[in-house]
Amino acid sequence: MPDLERPLLFLLACSVLGACRREERRFSEPPSASRLHPDPAQSVRSDRDALVRYTKDAWAISEGQRLFSQMNCEGCHSHGGGGGMAPPLMDAKWLYGSTPSDIERTILAGTPRGMPSFKDQLSPQQVWQLVAFVRSLSGHAPSAAAPVRDDHMAVRPPPSRTKPEPPTQQVE
Amino acid sequence: MNPALESTIGNAPVTRSEPRRHSAVYDWLASTEHTAIGRRFIATALGFFVLGGILALIMRLQLARPLLHVVGPDRYNQIFTTHGSTMMFLFAVPVMQGLGLYFVPLMVGARNLAFPRLANFAFWIYLFGGIFLYIALLSNTGPDAGWFAYVPLSGPEHSPGKRVDVWAQLITFTELSALSVAVNLIVTTFKHKAPGMSLDRLPIFVWGSLVTSFMVLFAMPAVIIASTCLALDRLVGTHFFNPAEGGDPLLWQHMFWFFGHPEVYIIFLPGLGMVSEIVVSTSKRTLVGYVPVVLANVATAVLAFGLWVHHMFATGLPQLGASFFTGASILIAIPTGVQFFCWIATIWGSKPKIDAQFSFILAFFATFLIGGLTGVMLAAVPINIQVHDTFFVVAHLHYVLIGGAVFPLLGGLTHWFPKLTGRMLSERLGFLSSGFVFFGFNLAFFPQHLLGLRGMPRRIYTYLPETEWGFWNLISTIGAFLLALGVLIFLINAARSLHKGPAAPANPWGAESLEWAVSSPPPPSAERKILLVPSRYPLWFGQLGRVVGVARDEQLVTRVVDAEPDHVVKAPIPNLMPLVTALATACLIVACIFTPWGLPVGAVFVSAALFVWFWPTDREPALDTERRFRDESEPKRVAT
Amino acid sequence: MAPYAAHSALEPAGNQASQILRLFYGYFDVSALVFTLVIAALGIALGRKSDPKTEKKEPSRAQARSKHRAITWATIATVATLIALLVASVATGHTIALLPAQSPVRIQVIAHKWWWEFRYPVSGPATQFRTAYELHIPVGRPIELELVASDVIHSFWVPSLSGKRDAIPMKHNVLVLEADRAGVYEGQCAEFCGTEHAQMRFLVLAEEAKQFEAWKDAELQSPPPPADPLRQRGLQVFMDSRCENCHSISGTDAFGTVGPDLTHVASRKRLAMGTLENDPAHLTRWINDPQAEKPGVPMPGTPLPAEDQRALVAYLGGLQ
Repeated sequence: MPDLERPLLFLLACSVLGACRREERRFSEPPSASRLHPDPAQSVRSDRDALVRYTKDAWAISEGQRLFSQMNCEGCHSHGGGGGMAPPLMDAKWLYGSTPSDIERTILAGTPRGMPSFKDQLSPQQVWQLVAFVRSLSGHAPSAAAPVRDDHMAVRPPPSRTKPEPPTQQVE
Repeated sequence: MNPALESTIGNAPVTRSEPRRHSAVYDWLASTEHTAIGRRFIATALGFFVLGGILALIMRLQLARPLLHVVGPDRYNQIFTTHGSTMMFLFAVPVMQGLGLYFVPLMVGARNLAFPRLANFAFWIYLFGGIFLYIALLSNTGPDAGWFAYVPLSGPEHSPGKRVDVWAQLITFTELSALSVAVNLIVTTFKHKAPGMSLDRLPIFVWGSLVTSFMVLFAMPAVIIASTCLALDRLVGTHFFNPAEGGDPLLWQHMFWFFGHPEVYIIFLPGLGMVSEIVVSTSKRTLVGYVPVVLANVATAVLAFGLWVHHMFATGLPQLGASFFTGASILIAIPTGVQFFCWIATIWGSKPKIDAQFSFILAFFATFLIGGLTGVMLAAVPINIQVHDTFFVVAHLHYVLIGGAVFPLLGGLTHWFPKLTGRMLSERLGFLSSGFVFFGFNLAFFPQHLLGLRGMPRRIYTYLPETEWGFWNLISTIGAFLLALGVLIFLINAARSLHKGPAAPANPWGAESLEWAVSSPPPPSAERKILLVPSRYPLWFGQLGRVVGVARDEQLVTRVVDAEPDHVVKAPIPNLMPLVTALATACLIVACIFTPWGLPVGAVFVSAALFVWFWPTDREPALDTERRFRDESEPKRVAT
Repeated sequence: MAPYAAHSALEPAGNQASQILRLFYGYFDVSALVFTLVIAALGIALGRKSDPKTEKKEPSRAQARSKHRAITWATIATVATLIALLVASVATGHTIALLPAQSPVRIQVIAHKWWWEFRYPVSGPATQFRTAYELHIPVGRPIELELVASDVIHSFWVPSLSGKRDAIPMKHNVLVLEADRAGVYEGQCAEFCGTEHAQMRFLVLAEEAKQFEAWKDAELQSPPPPADPLRQRGLQVFMDSRCENCHSISGTDAFGTVGPDLTHVASRKRLAMGTLENDPAHLTRWINDPQAEKPGVPMPGTPLPAEDQRALVAYLGGLQ
């Protein structure tokens, strides 16, 4: 059946390549990426690659969801990122930048307006998982990887169906 | 070939032109011959059996010794889920349905199925579902929550990504296929029997297929609803199984097991039908207790829907309710027991020749009996709450499924190989395969009863050396490889005999049912004669008559109970619409995983395909109820 | 090597497990008998001489009648046996449910992915204390376990003591069990709960009443502040290396509830829910890279310089 062969193979290739990234469970990262023993040049580059990978990984986003609750981010940002004492995370207004590196820096360093630094509380991998999850709250995760709902009360529409809006810089 | 076909007797001669000629590829893709479709089902199911078996061997290697690292936990979870899903959805049900598609029309004397193009569609949708699952497994998207995917583990929070969505949609593929075949078999069995083949003359295998098809009609919709609810929870954000918003994780278990329990009966009731056929043909005696056996099949099917809670005894249900399901689960052993007694009574005093096919039946007797007895143990709530979710249950389910379905299947394939292929299998290789399969199976699974009692839970990827489970796990692994060797020998036997086996006569076993009245392999449906059936064992008692008055491209429709001729229908012209519809449906199902737009857009394409498929052509004639048919064996008698 | 715990339904040490085993042996004996009878009947059926004249013929009425009679009697025997088995099952279930539950010891069992938390209510200034992995119970008293699941469905199962009961999110299941004699009994999660379901074990330690009370008192005590400089440094490393985010040690500033309580971690027989031996070498490996031992576990790796490692392990090793 020559007519069906080529499109089938193409579909197969797409599904295989696309799926591999989204479904990876990276239980641990290589030591070179660990911040506790920084090897500056190499670790920065590999960190950035890893961070971008995490933002597209369904399992990483799900771990970020778990950490968001367990590390009590929702204590200030509230469940689902609706905001409260701290700004909401589900809208298009970003105070300190919306790129994955910006969010990572915010989590690690804290903010002048009261967010504590989590550098000593979280491993680099955990920070990347949180970055991936925070991005998903405003719809910036691929819809195939983003969470739909969690097993709690429904407080917001699913991140997987949230349209990402162009980020605007909030001026204080 | 006569370009203008006329009926010999009737009111108005009907003429039509010869159908267009097509290429071989087109004919293959569009085939409406039930023999071709049945063969495809069987071959594809055996292919999935091998794939599922390879996954099982990987699992057994990982568990052979404590703390091995053959595969990691994530991969292991995908493997055991895919193994279970393959065996249950892609092998066991399709292979039984495939045998039904092939043999039910032959056994009831019909030329073809009632809805041949629907059967064609059923095959393609089944194949696409299976391919979809294995593409997913190979791309790290294999489902990993178990073949029954309990929520909340399989829900959106705890199973991220698309793995469980693949599983939920696999259900849709395979259940569409199963329903299509079930509808076919029911209508064929009721309305396309040859004249004289009244309901009380149906072979037991046909009864088994009929009863199974009814079970499919009731059970499959339950699992489609369940998997749709799960898919909606995971893709859209509904709360069917979210307790925080009023849903209930136990609802999943109820819905799934309402399907899941009848599913296992769907798998082995046709197997029991095959046992009846082989017992009768090998012992060359009529079946003792035909009516009790038929009633036992029906009773099993009905009772099967009242047992599902026995999968949930550990969830904390009220004791009185649990006792009811204990009673029902124990009760269902009675019809099966009746069948056992009838078989033994049939064999009694017949000194059957123990050939390769019968050796599989003997293996079935021992194995299925043990499986049934451990099933009665599991029905008791106190015992159940100890051994539930342990290797005791794994042992039980393999004893009943391999004993009750795979052994009869291998025996049935041996019995029917001459009819399917026109060649005889090698008896020596047959005995060798049944020996390895029986011995390997028992070595693999009997120790697992002990392992479960000694505390080994299911679905664990490793265990500690201190548990002292290592010894029996190693024995079990060795047994698994011996079992695989037996299956391999069987497949080698089949492959070799396909090309080099001795040619098979129409009735090599001297059996009694109608499929042995035609050549091996059977002629195309257009060339088959419509027979007049004299008795329950048509090739043993009475004289087979022949009915004329039905043109080559027509099928005779008879009445349900007494099989008196009623009218004729035109055989459908093969075309590619079943394949196109299956492709459109597959695209719809897969697209739904990635975007909600998959449903409306896909529905448009599927509707278009169905439109084209069912658009009436001028080939469809008015119902011709005035036609009179003549029984050629006695020229004076006119059957009306 | 820690001595292994009893972990088998075939070695009951509790009332429930004994009742269940007795029922099981009853069923097993009946099953063995049935199997023997049926296979013997089949064997005789296969071996009996055949009369070729009856081949491919309807059987005579006498023959048919006698066979039908045999089948009827066999069916009646089957029904009677099954009814007897049903009665035995219901009776045993009834007996187990009626286990006297006067003044049971109430303990809350919380199942997480993939560890077991046990909360003991106490009287006095503290209302409860938390522990993990080891469930201490007094011998000879009914224990009422309230099973709670924090995420997915798990199943609490100690085969030597009783049958299992699922812990289902947002449902409160209660399991009552009782140990007949002192000993250590292994339990394991028995409902597939994800990647590390295989490594979600726990121990039940049944102790005499005095020993149990002494254990409870010890659990309520905070460990004294470390005296030697190595352990002091270890405590410092614990607080600085984000361990206190997830773990709690009473008497320190570590209040984390995400992971198991570590107040008396050194007294436990094994680590990581039974995955590892509880000794400095394994503890070091675990802290350095838990993913190597139990891939998928939520605990991140904490690679430390060798000195800090030693100090931390020494500190934890002193938490008896």
